Amino acid sequence: MSNFITDYFLPWLWIVAKIVAIIVPLLIAVAYLTYAERKVMAAMQLRKGPNVTGPFGLLQPMADGIKLLGKETIIPTGSSKGLFIMAPMLTFFLALSAWAVIPFQAGMVLADINVGILYLFAISSLSVYGVIIAGWASNSKYAFLGGLRSAAQMVSYEVSIGLVIVTVLLCTGSLNLSAIVEAQRDGWFAFGILFPMFIVFFISALAETNRHPFDLPEGESELVGGFNTEYSSMTFALFFLGEYANMILLSAMTSILFLGGWLSPIPALDFIPGIIWFFAKIALCLFVFLWVRATLPRYRYDQLMRIGWRFFLPLSLLWVVLTAGYLIYFDRLPH
Amino acid sequence: MSFIHPIKRLFLFEIARGLALTFFYMFKRKVTLNYPYEKGSLSPRFRGEHALRRYPNGEERCIACKLCEAICPAQAITIEAEPREDGSRRTTRYDIDMVKCIYCGLCQEACPVDAIVEGPNFEFATETHEELLFTKERLLANGDRWESEIAANLAADAKYR
Repeated sequence: MSNFITDYFLPWLWIVAKIVAIIVPLLIAVAYLTYAERKVMAAMQLRKGPNVTGPFGLLQPMADGIKLLGKETIIPTGSSKGLFIMAPMLTFFLALSAWAVIPFQAGMVLADINVGILYLFAISSLSVYGVIIAGWASNSKYAFLGGLRSAAQMVSYEVSIGLVIVTVLLCTGSLNLSAIVEAQRDGWFAFGILFPMFIVFFISALAETNRHPFDLPEGESELVGGFNTEYSSMTFALFFLGEYANMILLSAMTSILFLGGWLSPIPALDFIPGIIWFFAKIALCLFVFLWVRATLPRYRYDQLMRIGWRFFLPLSLLWVVLTAGYLIYFDRLPH
Repeated sequence: MSFIHPIKRLFLFEIARGLALTFFYMFKRKVTLNYPYEKGSLSPRFRGEHALRRYPNGEERCIACKLCEAICPAQAITIEAEPREDGSRRTTRYDIDMVKCIYCGLCQEACPVDAIVEGPNFEFATETHEELLFTKERLLANGDRWESEIAANLAADAKYR
């Protein structure tokens, strides 16, 4: 029996504690990302944003959350009920489960698996199912069209994201996220030969998370609310949390793949813990997410597809070849 | 020109300029009014909540001519009138359905004695529909409450009429 406790139960408890330690701050970060979004957008539009609820409006996300939870969950009569309820749960679950492999600092990772980047890629590909199931199960034309658009968009941009990741892997020679960060000790990938891929990755990340200027699945002006038109209350909140958690996830991926993860920008600043650098880089990427949203209008659907297939795909393919050639010519291949 | 344009697009030139613009706007002075604590200025002609006015001696101005009821395009005003004990003809009922009212101001234009006016108050939101069915008492109370502002506005606008 003591064997069971020491060999099985205590490690299990330790893992659960680690999961809670990741997910609770993540959910708080999601809540305050919505606050930051409103504040940043307001500032760029010469407004003030929420400033009444609590000091500087800091309690606004809590108030919004309580309001959403207090509402009635409406399930449309014609909907496919099981799928309708499952879709937001799936989106939310996938957005959280991807965090298992994110290294916050050297050795500070829940699952230090050697196929970390592949796992992240798989999870972010699966998240399209939440959207398309929601669009289908709602049995509404707006939700359906939104779901279709979203599926097409996410699939298109995943192709170029995949090729961008290949260029990074060529430079690191490992699928392990910690190893990818360590490979950037001599210089972040964002400032080397991979700079164009950094831009392509970030723009694809915008499309992947359905953010402005590629938020066509939501497309308020033409599709009411897109795939989440029929959702209300907690089911809507789960979509919302999932979307923002995905934003944070893609920012974390950007900082791991291109901005050196937990590494400090100059050696003189090494005394600051790596986790703080990591969070600062995530915050910077998130700021750019919001900044782009406040700046650009929404792309037309054919423009979106053209950028994805006719510009990003050839560019990233070309860069795979160029990077490989560069690495071989200068004998910089990782061993 | 023909080759500059695609190069500009390739390097996201216009997008970078747009981003720079919004970035600098972030530090500009905000134009927001903290509404319940700060308020914008209102024109003397502002058409807000209705009020029935009185003469300085306390006599109500309305003479029950029903011009306002006749001109009201939303038919929001209902008036009934009878002679009083002193023989003067006055309203016994003067209702405005504030839900129907479109705040066009024709009632105050029609009024020959400046009795019904639209005052500067616009903060009279209620929780129920019934509270917006204004009666004569409510309108007279409004008149007593806002008389100084209404008189000042009428005086300020008088020279343009």
